[in-house]
Amino acid sequence: MSEKKYSKKHEWVELNGDIAVVGITKHATEMLGDIVFVEVPENGKSVEKDAQAAIVESTKAASDVNSPMSGDVTEGNKSIAEDPSRVNSDPEKEGWFFKIKIKDKSEFDSLMNKSDYEKFIKDNPN
Amino acid sequence: MEKTALYNFHKNLGAKFVPFAGYEMPIQYSDGIVKEHISTRTYAGFFDVSHMGQFYIEGGSSLDESLEKIIPADLKNLKINQSKYSFLLNSEGGIIDDLIITRRNNGFYIVLNAACKNNDIKHISKNLRENHKFYLCSTNSLIAVQGPKSSEILDQKIKGVSKLKFMYGNFFEFEGEKLYVTRSGYTGEDGFEISVPNNKVENFIKYLIENKVKPVGLGARDTLRLEAGLCLYGHDLSEQINPIEANLKWAIAKTRRETGGFNGWKKIKANLEKGTSRIRVGILPEGKIIAREGTKIYSINDEEIGTITSGTFGPSVNAPVAMGYIKPKFSEIGANIKLEVRGKKHNAQISKLPFYKKNYVK
Repeated sequence: MSEKKYSKKHEWVELNGDIAVVGITKHATEMLGDIVFVEVPENGKSVEKDAQAAIVESTKAASDVNSPMSGDVTEGNKSIAEDPSRVNSDPEKEGWFFKIKIKDKSEFDSLMNKSDYEKFIKDNPN
Repeated sequence: MEKTALYNFHKNLGAKFVPFAGYEMPIQYSDGIVKEHISTRTYAGFFDVSHMGQFYIEGGSSLDESLEKIIPADLKNLKINQSKYSFLLNSEGGIIDDLIITRRNNGFYIVLNAACKNNDIKHISKNLRENHKFYLCSTNSLIAVQGPKSSEILDQKIKGVSKLKFMYGNFFEFEGEKLYVTRSGYTGEDGFEISVPNNKVENFIKYLIENKVKPVGLGARDTLRLEAGLCLYGHDLSEQINPIEANLKWAIAKTRRETGGFNGWKKIKANLEKGTSRIRVGILPEGKIIAREGTKIYSINDEEIGTITSGTFGPSVNAPVAMGYIKPKFSEIGANIKLEVRGKKHNAQISKLPFYKKNYVK
């Protein structure tokens, strides 16, 4: 059974045991516009909670994708690096960014659930 | 923050606004930058460029002489209704603004960049005589309609515009109102720029939308002009850059290059004879890496040789594109260079400009 949570920086995390899949939310893609470049982390790279782990660029600008949890990268999504528009078309499934082996499950508990996130983006539309 | 006459209309079309040169301008609409860009290249798009200055100067033949001191175009030989791309130059030959100047019956019509227009007017008025009258038009919007279908669509409603030649203008009629239309633009496509009275601009836009012409924001305006190899003032051009460095020698009339008599001519003449210390080039990064403005350029031997001034993803080229200034000895087309993006050096090549072939109607 997997569970999905959201960060204030508009990343989503889906937790399966000790493996977390991380991506950016549909709301994030709508704010970014057309995504034209993605850089995902290499396997084995260690990422810190709320620190930069990947890069996403739209026609307008480059942005950091932070990891909402600490851990070691087990896989980066090569298919979005090849075709960045996949992040726009399916941000919360095929458009995932990277997977990490997590270190501290309590970091997951501190993230927002879906309804809290929806309220958050309503209150903070930009 | 100022708004154009079409602000509410843009809002209803799903525009996202950004502050630009003191105006709230649409950066994109609901289609997004890539679709807006492609619509312009394959069909037609319209752009509200009413933030730009529509500046009129009236006066006798002494006007040519006064303006030729600050604008290096051959104004004496500019025909009525003919337009030229040119510059306002400072005493060092640096570019105060780039502009389009058109001769009209009783003077000139000059379209100026929004961010520069107030400063430009100060600069121009200092060089005018007492009998020269000038004003910035506030009663008209300026709409660019660009793309391969623009001529056919406009001609149905504004009879005769399809007969205009590239870089020429004239008066036409739309719903009983007089419009001034030039065949020009900044996208690398065939197109028109139309000065429409504010009370008619919504009707004009409605006509375009009925004919499936898409609204295009500043985002796609930037990707379109960059693919077309055109400079954006404040990025690729500035007061510290002269037209020879900008590789825009062609925009200084040949006779004026030789005989001078304009601000900065000494510096420009020296640059023409001895070369410059930097030159604007097109750059194609390898792979998908986007080199934005400010990216440092290195030689293959890791010598720092220049800086990127504009860089984005080109939707029609389907690859990243950039322009920048480098030392001339590295500027040969096809030469290998490196671009430092986020601390890593990436391979790139010097490219000819434009990146995307133009479709102007001559």
